[in-house]
Amino acid sequence: MDESTTDVIQGTLDMLILKTLSLEPMHGFGIARRVEQISKGVFKVNPGSLLTALQRLERAGWLDSEWRQTENSRRAKFYSLTRAGKKQLEFETADWNRRASAIARLLKAEA
Amino acid sequence: MSLWRQLTRGLDVLTNRTAADQELAEELNDYLAQTTAALEARGLTPEEARRVARREIGNPIVVREQVRSYGWENVTEMLFADLRYAARQLRNNPGFAITAIVILALGIGATTAIFSAVNPILFKPLPYPHGNRIMMIFEARDGGSRLPSFGTFSGLSERTRSFEAMAVMKPWQPAIIGIDEPELLEGQRVSASYFRALGVIPALGRDFQFADDQFNGPNVVILSDRLWHRRFERDPKIIGRQVRLENSGSQLAVGNTFTVIGVMPVGFENVLAPAAELWAPLQYDPSLPANGREWGHHLRMVARLQPGVSKEAATSELNAILPVFTQAHAKGFEGAGGIPSGVIVTSLHDNVTAGVKPALLAILGAVNLLLLIAAVNVTNLLLARGAQRRGEFAIRMALGAGQKRLLRQLVTESLFLAVLGGAIGIALSWLGSRALIALSPPGLPRVDAIRVDNAVLLFALAITTCIGFLVGLVPAIHASHNDPQGGLQQSARQTSRSHQLVRRSLVISEVSLALVLLVSAGLLLRSLNRLFSVDPGFDASHVITMQVQESGHRYARDDARARLFEQALANVRGIPGVVSAAIVSQLPLSGDYEVYGMEFEAFPHQDEAAYRYAVSPDYFKTLHIPLRRGRLLDEGDRAGALVAVLISESLAKRKFRDRDPIGQRVRMGPDMWRAEKPWATIVGVVGDVKQLSLGVDQPDAFYTTPTQWAWVDNSQSVVVRTNGDAASLASTVRHAIWSVDKDVPVVRVATMQNLLSQTEAQRRFALIIFEAFALVALVLAAVGLYGVLAGSVAERIREIGVRAALGATRGSIVSLIVRQGMKLTVLGVAIGLIGAAAASRAIAAMLFGVSRLDPLTYTAVIGLLGCVSLFACGVPAWRAARVDPATTLRAE
Repeated sequence: MDESTTDVIQGTLDMLILKTLSLEPMHGFGIARRVEQISKGVFKVNPGSLLTALQRLERAGWLDSEWRQTENSRRAKFYSLTRAGKKQLEFETADWNRRASAIARLLKAEA
Repeated sequence: MSLWRQLTRGLDVLTNRTAADQELAEELNDYLAQTTAALEARGLTPEEARRVARREIGNPIVVREQVRSYGWENVTEMLFADLRYAARQLRNNPGFAITAIVILALGIGATTAIFSAVNPILFKPLPYPHGNRIMMIFEARDGGSRLPSFGTFSGLSERTRSFEAMAVMKPWQPAIIGIDEPELLEGQRVSASYFRALGVIPALGRDFQFADDQFNGPNVVILSDRLWHRRFERDPKIIGRQVRLENSGSQLAVGNTFTVIGVMPVGFENVLAPAAELWAPLQYDPSLPANGREWGHHLRMVARLQPGVSKEAATSELNAILPVFTQAHAKGFEGAGGIPSGVIVTSLHDNVTAGVKPALLAILGAVNLLLLIAAVNVTNLLLARGAQRRGEFAIRMALGAGQKRLLRQLVTESLFLAVLGGAIGIALSWLGSRALIALSPPGLPRVDAIRVDNAVLLFALAITTCIGFLVGLVPAIHASHNDPQGGLQQSARQTSRSHQLVRRSLVISEVSLALVLLVSAGLLLRSLNRLFSVDPGFDASHVITMQVQESGHRYARDDARARLFEQALANVRGIPGVVSAAIVSQLPLSGDYEVYGMEFEAFPHQDEAAYRYAVSPDYFKTLHIPLRRGRLLDEGDRAGALVAVLISESLAKRKFRDRDPIGQRVRMGPDMWRAEKPWATIVGVVGDVKQLSLGVDQPDAFYTTPTQWAWVDNSQSVVVRTNGDAASLASTVRHAIWSVDKDVPVVRVATMQNLLSQTEAQRRFALIIFEAFALVALVLAAVGLYGVLAGSVAERIREIGVRAALGATRGSIVSLIVRQGMKLTVLGVAIGLIGAAAASRAIAAMLFGVSRLDPLTYTAVIGLLGCVSLFACGVPAWRAARVDPATTLRAE
């Protein structure tokens, strides 16, 4: 994957992961697919970046992880949001909305 | 909470690395399997699905490396792995490792040692509270400055409001007697506020009070911690103890028993007189008799500004005060060089460092050049290593190491190298700073503060890190930009063109930096040679000198003092091997100087100031100072007779031009402008003599006999010309003086030759350091040149073989290689010349009689550099010429 694309996603990747996990606990592949599906293919998640981000978020105390059986009875590492993670998601969402609406206003003013 | 998690998870991973790797591998496998399953669900065959999934996820090793690069445990683990690898690399190439480490150690060691000396002297504040408020005060006169008199001090200190404390001081060399052996001590006579001006209070007992500093006041003394330790075994009851000190330094001192009133603290550093170990009050006469010593310009004045008062404000306050009392004491001032036109206030720090600043800054610059050359050299070595390791890098990259990863590993290697070099360098710098102290010229301030302390260690650490990054970065970038495919295909020996270009430009810069150092050293060497070919005005060979100080009340009267010196001289003349002997009030090039005013009958209101010498008649014969006109002094010129004066050649020429100075009449020093005093007559003109140093041209001087001056000086130097080795007679001469009075201190024994070379000690100090640095730079540049050429010959071995096979002669092959090397030298020299011309500005202050663009120096340096680089090129060229074409061609 092109490195510049990864960088663009990097800033929001944490938020996207937290958001995805706020619905239900999921394993890595599930997260990647969910992000791709919901964004209608706009965001493609590189597994290297995803797994690194998952490690980072777990270390930060926002995620918990455990090995569980999947529906088709494979073992997979499932990640779930912690209370601190929920708070972080709220914070990041608010922050994102603030930025996005500011940018939107700016773009509108330009036009 | 999250920090705790970071720590525990990291430790988990570290303690159970395989489990962590296993988990990651499983997760990745699962990811792959799920992706494949999803693709299969979309209708791809299992095989296609696996292939597409693999492509989408990419190289699993790269993914794993990416995930593993996160987390402190992984970073540290990688660092250790890199370090282990770096150590193994160095072990496998001991030649390279030792060369690089030695070069770095030399560079870092030299820089750190110099920093350890320069830091306390130039950059650190003085070791006193609010040291920046301490000022030195001088009198301004005739556009110059001079030491203040006690009269000026008392006038200013009584009235100033800008200063908290103001004090004057003079050197004092009493002999301590009574306990153990008598010992001559260095001390100071100071006015009561001296320690308050510095902001230091005694650790034991009390400071001086104004009651101590009264005319004919009590004999009290404050000791340094060192002296208390050495002579009194740290006696806790030292305060109030009586100490016998001979030669109180005061002509009217009564008795020689002093009461100890205080001991200074352990760390007290007396920058104004570093050797001083005891202090007694000055006790000058506050009534300021017009012809007394109170008007001599022999005191130094130090003062502490009130908080918030600027130096400029204080200066203008003192200048406003000055006229208030100068008129009332016009006679006192006139007797000693006239009323000052104002005062000059400089900070103590500037005053202490001003003399050595140019030399120290130049040395600091030089050592930085040396460090730069060392860094360039090691960079070059690393580049050469990098060229050999291209295959290794290519394999690593092909196996999935990222560019960043490779860069990090290479920088780790160079940092490791730098740290090894730095560690040895710090050990070297410890030795180096010792050597600097041992070599240091006498005038170097704050020598006691030169040491490898925390600031110095921090400095060494900082430059080590910088050097580690710098020397590693260029080769690392070079290596990481390699195309792995090319690297794998090519034989590891060959290097790219751009690579050679970098190495060559590094060699060029080494040569040019070495040239800058060589030129600086050369200019200093020439200056010193010029200085020592300056005629001091006397013949310094076979002359031994020492200073005799009359001791205490027995010699309170002028005639007693005169008798002491006459008898001492008579005894010295009786020693076999002594050609002649004389006394003089101030010895040339001894560091002392005394200037008095002179009034000319023929030129009213055109007074002069000149060095004053009181000499016995044989002085001129003893030092071989030539008589130009008239007669020398003789035994008839004694107290009571008409006063006879000799003047120096320059003074005679300047003042009398074509007129005959002989017979002209003058009044000197305390007699000036006093009509009741008789005129003295100029009876002769003698050659000029250097008083301050060989480089300073201040030839105005006048001479009288000791008894024809207003007083007989209480310390005189004995000058003895001998037949053979002067130094060997030192103790005999000393005993001859002691046979007159065994208690009279005889100090400062030195041959005149010694004094002569001592005066240029600072230049010599700078020269030794520059020479050492320039030599190292030359060697490093030669090594660099050799390295590049040797590398290039090794690379071109096949080409050379082909040339030889096609009939090239050995001579043509040698010249091919030598030309290649000399091209680099010539370029380096050209750039270096520009650098040297610019850098020589920095040492301009230390040059004497040599232009900073002196063509001879530049030519000689270019010649030297040319020869050395020819040699450095010659070795690889010779090797190239011996290439056997058959062997090389077969090897392909």
